[in-house]
Parts: sequence; structure tokens; C-alpha cells
Amino acid sequence: MTIGINEFIIVSSLLFLVGFFGVIFRRNTIIIYMSIELMLNAINLALVAFSRYNNTMDGSIFVFFIMTVAAAEVAVGLAIIVMLYRQKQTVLVNELNQLKG
Amino acid sequence: MIDLLFYIFASLMLLSALAMVLNKNAVNSAMCMIVALVSTAGLFVLLEAYFLAILQVLVYAGAVMVLFLFIIMLLDVDKEENYEYLKHKFAFVARLLGFSLLFFLVFNSFSEMHLPATDLVQISNEGEAGTIAFSNTAKSFGQILFTKYMFPFQVIGFLLLVAMIGVIVISKKHSTDTEQ
Repeated sequence: MTIGINEFIIVSSLLFLVGFFGVIFRRNTIIIYMSIELMLNAINLALVAFSRYNNTMDGSIFVFFIMTVAAAEVAVGLAIIVMLYRQKQTVLVNELNQLKG
Repeated sequence: MIDLLFYIFASLMLLSALAMVLNKNAVNSAMCMIVALVSTAGLFVLLEAYFLAILQVLVYAGAVMVLFLFIIMLLDVDKEENYEYLKHKFAFVARLLGFSLLFFLVFNSFSEMHLPATDLVQISNEGEAGTIAFSNTAKSFGQILFTKYMFPFQVIGFLLLVAMIGVIVISKKHSTDTEQ
């Protein structure tokens, strides 16, 4: 049995599921952020597989852009987490329950 | 051989991703995350996207995860997460339903309806009309980024600038607040 696009897409959706459950079940903001990165990574894998299968370059360029956006998002998000920790002394989302800053 | 490598990398990636989600220690989670990202780079290599594999290792496993580890060690969060809410009986039923629905959806959609072809196509030099054929060299990446995707490329550069300025503003504002 040769590895085709189906196997890559199944693995990618399973990885997305793992990241999704990480976002749902964990309460540590940093772990939630890493799970979001995991989901972006799963999308990257699916895009590369489709790009390879369709023999076009567009999917790979999208992966390039997604990586850039993920890097920017991580920088801003971690700065926000550090600020939250300085204000509230916690990073657990169930203790961050105030709208007022 | 490629099949074997695919199974090795895919199982390593999924297992370390699972370990990352389930691990209670944040530093251990970050280490598992690095393994997952490097295995994804291995899968990129199997898809013959060598440039993206190197980019994955450099950007994700290098820069992003170092940033994560830095923040984890800076904050030094040793407070245990409270998982009492998972022990409620409604939470158990909801989890069971959610898991079964999601796995049913994933496996059913892949077993009933196959995607058009299951084999990877041969790389040919010419794509269809208006599209650029898949290529794994950095040169073709540069070429397509500066021709077809020129505007998104500039937007993404601007986004990086905005993110950098945003981080500086967020971090700076607070330090003046505490000093006053």
C-alpha cells in the first residue's frame, strides 16, 4: 500500500483534533496557545499535501504565510500573557473571569 | 521505505502532540511540542517540500518554541490546574458524546468518500494554465512570492511590523504604570 493524500489528510485531521481538545480541556493559557499552534500546524500539513497532490505552488505559499502569521500571533499573545500574569498573578483561564482590566 | 517513514513520523507526531496536551508540566509540554513540530517537518520532507521543512524547523521548532519556553520559565507557573470540573457526570456524558461525534465524523468521511486519487502525482515541469507547478526549491519560492503573491507578501511584512510595535507597546505601557 502506497501512501497517498488520504493518509496525510487523516493524520492532519487527527492532529487538528488533538489540538482542539487541548484548547477545550486545558486551563493553562500557555498550553492553550501551544494547542492553537498545533492546529495551525495540522492545517499546514494538509495544505502541503494538497499542494503536492494538485501540483501547484499556491498551497506551499499559503503555508509560508501561515507560518508568518503564527509567529506574529505568538509574539503578541505571549506579551499579553506576560501582562496578564503581572496584573493577576495567574495564567489559568478559569481564574481570569473579569472584564474590567 | 517511504511508507515506513510516513508511519514513524506520523505516529511520533500524534503521540507527542497527545503527550503535549496531557502533560501537567508546562516545560515537558513544550518539549513534546518540539518533537511534534520536528516530526511534521519530516512529513514535509516526505511530501518533497524541503524548503518548508527547513522553515518549519527554523521558525516553529526554533524561534516560536524558544519564545514559549522563555515565557514558561519567566512566569514560573507551578500552580496546579484544577480538573474538578471534569469529574462532573454531565461533563463525562458531554465528553463521551463529543468524542464519539468527532471520531465518527472523521472516520466516516474518510471511509465512505475517497478523495479523487490516492497516489501522489509525479512532479512535472508545467502546471495547468495560470498555475505554477509544484517545486521544492527556494528559488521558485522567491520567484512566486515576488510575482504572483507580491501584495500578500507586502501585507505580511506590514503585519510583522505591526506585531513588533504592538508587543513593544504592550510591554512598555505596564512598566510605566508600576513605576508611578
